[in-house]
Amino acid sequence: MATRDLSTNDPMLDPITGEVVVIAPGHSFKSVTEKISRIVLTAHTPVGWFFGLLVAGGVVMLLLTCLTWLFLKGVGIWGLDIPVGWGFAIVNFVWWIGIGHAGTLISAILLLFKQTWRNSINRFAEAMTIFAVVCAGMFPLIHVGRPWLGYWLFPYPNSMSVWPQFRSPLLWDVFAVSTYATISVVFWYIGMIPDLGTLRDRAKTPVGQYFFGLLALGWRGSVRHWMRYETASLLLAGLATPLVLSVHTVISFDFAVAIIPGWHTTIFPPYFVAGAVYSGFAMVITLAIPIRKFYHLEDLITIRHLDNMGKVMLTTGLIVAYGYGMELFMSWYSASHWEYFAFWNRLFGPMGWSYWVLITCNIALPQFLWSRYVRTHVGLMFIMSIIVNTGMWFERFVIVVTSLYRDYLPSSWGTYRATRWDYGTFIGTLGLFTFLFFLFIRFLPMIPMSELRVLLPQSKVKHLPEAAHEAGD
Amino acid sequence: MPFPEGVYGLLAEFDSATSLTAAAAASYKDGWRRLDCYTPYPCEEAAEAIGFHRNYVPLLTLVGGLMGCVAMFLLETWINIWAYPLNIAGRPYYSWPAFVVPAYEWTILWAGLTAAFGMLAMCGLPAPYHPLFNAPNFRTGATSDKFFLCLEARDPKFSLVESRAFLEAMHPVSIVEVEY
Repeated sequence: MATRDLSTNDPMLDPITGEVVVIAPGHSFKSVTEKISRIVLTAHTPVGWFFGLLVAGGVVMLLLTCLTWLFLKGVGIWGLDIPVGWGFAIVNFVWWIGIGHAGTLISAILLLFKQTWRNSINRFAEAMTIFAVVCAGMFPLIHVGRPWLGYWLFPYPNSMSVWPQFRSPLLWDVFAVSTYATISVVFWYIGMIPDLGTLRDRAKTPVGQYFFGLLALGWRGSVRHWMRYETASLLLAGLATPLVLSVHTVISFDFAVAIIPGWHTTIFPPYFVAGAVYSGFAMVITLAIPIRKFYHLEDLITIRHLDNMGKVMLTTGLIVAYGYGMELFMSWYSASHWEYFAFWNRLFGPMGWSYWVLITCNIALPQFLWSRYVRTHVGLMFIMSIIVNTGMWFERFVIVVTSLYRDYLPSSWGTYRATRWDYGTFIGTLGLFTFLFFLFIRFLPMIPMSELRVLLPQSKVKHLPEAAHEAGD
Repeated sequence: MPFPEGVYGLLAEFDSATSLTAAAAASYKDGWRRLDCYTPYPCEEAAEAIGFHRNYVPLLTLVGGLMGCVAMFLLETWINIWAYPLNIAGRPYYSWPAFVVPAYEWTILWAGLTAAFGMLAMCGLPAPYHPLFNAPNFRTGATSDKFFLCLEARDPKFSLVESRAFLEAMHPVSIVEVEY
């Protein structure tokens, strides 16, 4: 593939080995280190950063307002009513957690497959995971109505002598999501320790030296430590891979185990996981494009990264399209009157517009990703990522709302209309996510320096027996 | 235990992973065992050269994972059979297939936590102070672009003069005597 796509004089090809290089040529250990650590250690914070933080912080205020009103009045301020008892809160929960999954995929699965191009983007993809899980985890908590009793979800000895019900997928979800959040944070932090050591050694201010010194845990780069560290990273990647698949599978069980037509289907687990990766990669692109522009990281996060991510999006998008097709097929093939009606209603009912938005954003428009021109065009990829994110939000909306609002009995049919508090809370979490991300890119190394060093050609040890012979004599 | 005093070791700086690995291999061959290499990125060849071939992080992770799995499965069984039996549509109390999912999640949770914290513990981290940080070139380069070999004073072969001469023969960029 690579030899056909790229000409021989391409700067992205190694002139000697002909291998595709991921980082632009001309970088040394020092230049990579300086370029990335300068973003964190500079005394001159860009004005644009303050502006961005301010705007995002304003949106966080909106979130806090919505939550305060919610806690004062209860979930009645949302558009929830029977028959639609799962509205925006669950839509947003599934959407956010799906976005998080691409971070784990990039950091874990691509590490196991030795896809070294991921090294430039894995750190902030992992950060994206954590911030997305923060936003996601909030929704079930505030949806329960009395979030201050949220700890009742966990099995602990209590004076009521009550224990949770382990046969319910909703409780499985508690364990899946809490494990996912914990492992993501641990994986992210462990991966950052060598870079925190670099920052500790390069920090000029006492505050920086103290802060990074504390976080680096005394990392000094001993090769014995490195070997254990590499083993632990691989193991964490190997553990995170089945974890990320299980998390969205368990979330799909929340729906699939119920007997609601439109939910009760076996295609859900793979189709949810593929959709999660799809939207997650879209979000990585949404974040990577402005960041590489703003911090001039074009030679570390290259067009090749966008190209590869575009291909992953196209693939997962096709899996999702297969999921939609199979859902329709099964509703016909099941010969169940209720299934048949649920899908007719989903396509042509009063809320059918949401289904067609979903098809347009998730299936029709992403077909442009077949074109190499689109995949390597920064502006078009940004637009494409926004389209896919929108489409994936509507997918969850379609699954949650259009399955619920007209169920078995026409007498119990209703409709769903989100209130301003629903929209405010959703937009607020977008602000929270952006706010946390702004803090991250300013105060922590957003590209793993130690992993980029490995990508440089001079990192390889050459001709070991001869060199040892020379030195020994 | 009194705080150690005197010389920690001799720290030789090299300009590439290749020369570091060669020097490390030569030292190991010469009989040195209390020695360590410091690199800004994982360098497997250097670890092999000083005789560090395997570590016990995988074993620890396996034990942690199994403990998590067993702990959760027993907790679920105990809750559903003894502590709080619930009859849900006549299903058996011991409905083990439903218990698999949380047990699976806890396997991963415990395995991941033992892998991460076990790795740190085996490395002796956190260790905010280390004598090597006293070496000025170590502070500025060990975590960005320089390669170090340290012959430690704990090794019975160690002698300030002879060990320095031994290192000199391998043409390092510099040799620094590191104090505790």
